[in-house]
Amino acid sequence: MNGNQACAEGSLAAGCRFLGFYPIQPCFEIVQHFADRCVDVDGTFIQMEDEISALAAVLGASWAGKKAMTVTSGPGFSLMMEHVGLGVMLETPCVIIESQRFGPSEGYPTQAGSGDVMQSRWGSHGDYEIITLSPNCPQEMFDLTVRAFNLSERYRLPVVVLADKAVGSMVEAVIIPKAEDLRLKKRKRYSGPKGKYLPYEYDKDLVPWMVKAGQGYRFHVTGLTHDEKGYPVMNAKCQEWNVHRIINKVRLFSDDIIDYEEGYTEDAEVLVVCYGSVSRAAVRAVRQVRKEGIRAGFFRLKTLWPFPEQRILELARQVRTIIVPEMNYGQAFLEVDRCSRGKAETIFVHQDFPKVRSGVDIINAIRKADVKA
Amino acid sequence: MKALEAVEKQEEIPPTEHPMDDVLRMDRIPHIWCPGCGIGLAVTAFVNALEKMQVDLDKVCVVSGIGCTGRVAGYIKTDSFHTTHGRALPFATGLKLGNPDLKIVVFSGDGDIVSIGGNHFIHAARRNIDILVICVNNFIYAMTGGQVAPTTPRSAYTTTSPFGNFETPSNIPQLAESAGAVYVARWTSLHMRRLTQSIIEGFQKPGFSMVEVISPCAMYYSRINKLGLGIDMMKFYHDNSVIKHGEPTENLDIGFQSQIIVGKFVDRERPTFSELYKGWKKEVKTVKRES
Repeated sequence: MNGNQACAEGSLAAGCRFLGFYPIQPCFEIVQHFADRCVDVDGTFIQMEDEISALAAVLGASWAGKKAMTVTSGPGFSLMMEHVGLGVMLETPCVIIESQRFGPSEGYPTQAGSGDVMQSRWGSHGDYEIITLSPNCPQEMFDLTVRAFNLSERYRLPVVVLADKAVGSMVEAVIIPKAEDLRLKKRKRYSGPKGKYLPYEYDKDLVPWMVKAGQGYRFHVTGLTHDEKGYPVMNAKCQEWNVHRIINKVRLFSDDIIDYEEGYTEDAEVLVVCYGSVSRAAVRAVRQVRKEGIRAGFFRLKTLWPFPEQRILELARQVRTIIVPEMNYGQAFLEVDRCSRGKAETIFVHQDFPKVRSGVDIINAIRKADVKA
Repeated sequence: MKALEAVEKQEEIPPTEHPMDDVLRMDRIPHIWCPGCGIGLAVTAFVNALEKMQVDLDKVCVVSGIGCTGRVAGYIKTDSFHTTHGRALPFATGLKLGNPDLKIVVFSGDGDIVSIGGNHFIHAARRNIDILVICVNNFIYAMTGGQVAPTTPRSAYTTTSPFGNFETPSNIPQLAESAGAVYVARWTSLHMRRLTQSIIEGFQKPGFSMVEVISPCAMYYSRINKLGLGIDMMKFYHDNSVIKHGEPTENLDIGFQSQIIVGKFVDRERPTFSELYKGWKKEVKTVKRES
């Protein structure tokens, strides 16, 4: 099974029953697979008139009670930014699968890139927090899609799975667990008396209770700054009450969200921080230089946002050099550089796709860093 | 009269129940609309229609975009969504597909539906998705400060057409008909009884229905064009309208302070999105089973 098919299977296994999309490559195979399979599970899919409406329809379906997602690539993701903001403000669970290609603009549609790391974090206007996951193999396309749905239901947020063309078309064995072994999370439902429902009242996990449209709660929600009734209130106090909470519901619980994989870090002097398809070459490079006696380690990000600031700082204190290979011109690198607070030297290694497979640039960068020491 | 006497005697007026208490969010009144605005009348007609039809309000959803009319969702006591500018229709599409039992009304302005949401409007009508659109047309962008709209008649002044508008405006009913709407009507905000009737018909009609409400903007359109108070404009629109049911929609252009043709223009049958989707799904299931 390839990564795209695994992703579609993951969404269905997670209970996704609505897909709104607009044709784009290189992610389209996910939609195709979903469309083939969704009749079996009584799901719905609709091809909308553009990506703006695709995500709008997903938000609508989510309020109707469905687990919903959209699938897109770079240019489509740019169009969706308006509704990423609306999803954050209305606190609507949904999943956005983004298969990255080279940009800017139309760019190079058939080749893998990772230029949308910062866009997935900062793309919509205003202050908000978002969750972005980064799979590096077909198995993770399945697992992280399931996790994306769980996180979106738990935190009531749009969650982005930032895949890329390479991971999507890569073919590997994928183990699909039995339905009962998947621990699926459901959104916090309100079932109290009808007159008493406040759409944005919350308790200690900072997440409000949700209802479906049509249950008789007659609620109102708005993309404007709102109070706990969901009514617009235009003052600084309410802005603070509203937006600080939707930021804190991610920041204060980031330890539960952040996930990463480490290797050979106990005694590492050179650390490679990597994610996505580049991480496959990076991990291999680390293993190879270990054989040469270089004390290198790797740190693979499975969640790009929230960023594992604490752990990067700890590692920066321990290692001498941090190398960040990326298929862009330095995005997660900026974040690593910021988090390491000058405790270690940080080096960016640009990768373009055909070259990334060999990992030769990463190996050379590690060797160079080792020689300098 | 009682109220007047009470005011004269400086007595306190006891709060009385408003007949629309059940359908309006009274805790949000006073609303934000200016004196002389016609949106309130469109809301009144809508509320009257809901009450006349005796529909289960728990199953009604109102979705609005942004702008003056975009605020309607916030005042109606059903499940209501105030979404992004122009995107009420795709949001409503998702809502309807997510739960086909819902009755969905999109209440928005001309800028929202024809300009920024024009593409969504065309495609929602083409799909014939089961939604009623009430489009309040006040010929101007009011909330943002009186800019020229795609519906502004030629030669009308706005803040961004200070020497008169030279562009050709949209003809909303024609757009709706050609895109595939099954029910299209237009009234002014003073045609209360007929407007209510059209809202009822559009609401009950399976498929994509559109009711345009010509409404005065007393704050910008009237002030800039020196057309008097809101009530003067309402009367003008009402008195200069001609009821012509079934008029071909190509004749429905509106000029500056010209005659306005109102009435029910389109009432036809086309299979709705939900029907086609259901049928398709059934077919696919049979084919899959057989193979």
